[in-house]
Amino acid sequence: MTGTLARKPYTPKVAVERLRQGDVGAWPVVGGLVAIAIVFSALNDRFLAPENLTNLALQMAATGTISLGIIMVLLLGEIDLSAGSVSGLCATIMTIVHVKQGWSPPAAILLALAAGAGIGLVHGVMFTKLRMPSFVVTLAGLMGWLGLLLYLLRQGGTINLPFTGFISGLSDTWLPPWLSWALVAALVLVPGGAAVFTRRLRLAAGLPVTPLWWLLTRIAGLAVLLVAGVLVMSADRGVPLLLIIFGALVVAFDLVLRHTTFGRHVYAVGGNAEAARRAGINVTRIRILAFTLASTLAAAGGILAASRLSAVNQQSGGSDILLMAIAAAVIGGTSLFGGRGRAYDALLGVLVIQSITSGMYLLSVDSSVRFMVTAAVLALAVAIDSLARRGAPR
Amino acid sequence: MLSATGISKRYGAVQALDGASLTLRAGEVTALMGDNGAGKSTLVKAISGVVVPDEGAITIDGANVRIGTPHDAQALGVSTVYQDLALCENLDVVANLFLGTERRRATVLRHIVMERATRDLLEQLDVRIRDIRVPVAMLSGGQRQSVAIARALIGEPRLVILDEPTAALGVEQTAQVLALIGRLRERGLAVLVISHNLADVRKVSDRVVVLRLGRNAGEFDTAATAQEEIVAAITGAAR
Ligand SMILES: Nc1ncnc2c1ncn2[C@@H]1O[C@H](COP(=O)(O)OP(=O)(O)OP(=O)(O)O)[C@@H](O)[C@H]1O
Ligand SMILES: [Mg+2]
Repeated sequence: MTGTLARKPYTPKVAVERLRQGDVGAWPVVGGLVAIAIVFSALNDRFLAPENLTNLALQMAATGTISLGIIMVLLLGEIDLSAGSVSGLCATIMTIVHVKQGWSPPAAILLALAAGAGIGLVHGVMFTKLRMPSFVVTLAGLMGWLGLLLYLLRQGGTINLPFTGFISGLSDTWLPPWLSWALVAALVLVPGGAAVFTRRLRLAAGLPVTPLWWLLTRIAGLAVLLVAGVLVMSADRGVPLLLIIFGALVVAFDLVLRHTTFGRHVYAVGGNAEAARRAGINVTRIRILAFTLASTLAAAGGILAASRLSAVNQQSGGSDILLMAIAAAVIGGTSLFGGRGRAYDALLGVLVIQSITSGMYLLSVDSSVRFMVTAAVLALAVAIDSLARRGAPR
Repeated sequence: MLSATGISKRYGAVQALDGASLTLRAGEVTALMGDNGAGKSTLVKAISGVVVPDEGAITIDGANVRIGTPHDAQALGVSTVYQDLALCENLDVVANLFLGTERRRATVLRHIVMERATRDLLEQLDVRIRDIRVPVAMLSGGQRQSVAIARALIGEPRLVILDEPTAALGVEQTAQVLALIGRLRERGLAVLVISHNLADVRKVSDRVVVLRLGRNAGEFDTAATAQEEIVAAITGAAR
């Protein structure tokens, strides 16, 4: 536990203290997830079945990846409304160069990611240099990039990806059991070992440390969760590669945000841009980078979505995907006011949203009801966010 | 240690400073007083590189220096705590202290090194904060002022300038911050405090410099001067 930004408590006692101060951490989301699981499994016994949970994992990846990008700009106190259109556009670019121009899949994917990065760079420059509000820049992006997508697709409207090709294969690849278990072992042993090691270093430096039993309890808790997840998915088709890709992105961004100067400066700019500027931080650079990362992740999400669908069409990146990605970030616990949030919020938030979607689907509820329920959850999350912001004693 | 002489600065039609002078010594707290618009902030800005004066010279240890930017000032050992503190409320004490000057290996933050240094510094300054890893927003006004002052010490400055450090604080927290200023003096730093509060100034300063309409209107040894005399200098009342 070296992350000074981590809101994870030293001990249960400190945790209770922080809860009393209004710093609720991830508990509302986790509680919400448990409640969702109880309600839907009571209404339909297929909700917690391995097949449904595996599908849920598959459905999470695309929206979750876009949501991770949204978190990068939300941390600055900005917004990216173009993420949906950008995801669709970049997936279309990839599909066209692959299917029509015969590019190899990795080259096509790289081009799509580069296009995303370029778009984000344009947004960032318009925001910082032309001083346009991010809301307006990305709203223009929402329409403009959608327009370009429709233009590129105008002959045909749909382009199919080869079913057995590499790109479609991304969403139809399942880890062999031995690899799944090796990953679980790595995901428990590496962070666990790192935590014990930094605890040693902190002791050597004379700094306060988490009690060892609490550290081990948390590592054990993580192990139980991961083992349960792998057991459930193994009862169906196995652990999907798509989930691993999304998970790896979340872990990578979590490490970057908590342990690098870039991450620290993102929080600083989101908390008080003027203070960051006076401290000698290049605020413009941080902002442009964040927008670039947001659009690149949107492109990655679009690629994953195209892989699942084995096609791109005029609806790619459209309908509710943008709103779901933003909602996921906020439901996960990222503040709309900037400066507060974690990469894991994308995972937690999208888990909530997809659980609701999947549960409603099993109950064959109309999508009108689904929208209303998701909206209510989002409103609740924003209310908690606003209260936490006001509740902080000055 | 630092001395500014004949500093003038004009903003359009307003002569904010008109040949003002100021001398600061190591291990001494100097209070800068004067009515609103007397030019205190402008004089401080000239020393900390925020504005460039039209005329005047600044010397450090007798040598002429040019202070064109805040960065120049920092490089010369001049550190300023602005009235609005400029803290990131969402970050913890460690992150705020090292903001922009993070200890790192390549780009990876060295959390333990920074936390150790923070604890040592706060201990030396006798600043009491129960948990230095909560966001600064959770701290009291006095604690935040203390964090801002501690932060000014990270670059090992020789002169610390404080703009109205107690203006927003209650009685107890004011006492805390004044005690902290006293400890800066014990560390051998030159300290310049802008204040409107005579009681605070009498408690903490060794010398009072009064500005009036951009000019020097008197310099007093705090311990040996009656309050009325300082007030008279500030208001310009005939003695
Ligand atoms: N950026 C500026 N542009 C124009 N005029 C300015 C500027 N800054 C200061 N002044 C003027 O210069 C004069 C001196 O201002 P200064 O802020 O130095 O006074 P002060 O002694 O700090 O006052 P206070 O006690 O109110 O802080 C005032 O008349 C002010 O209006
Ligand atoms: Mg002033």
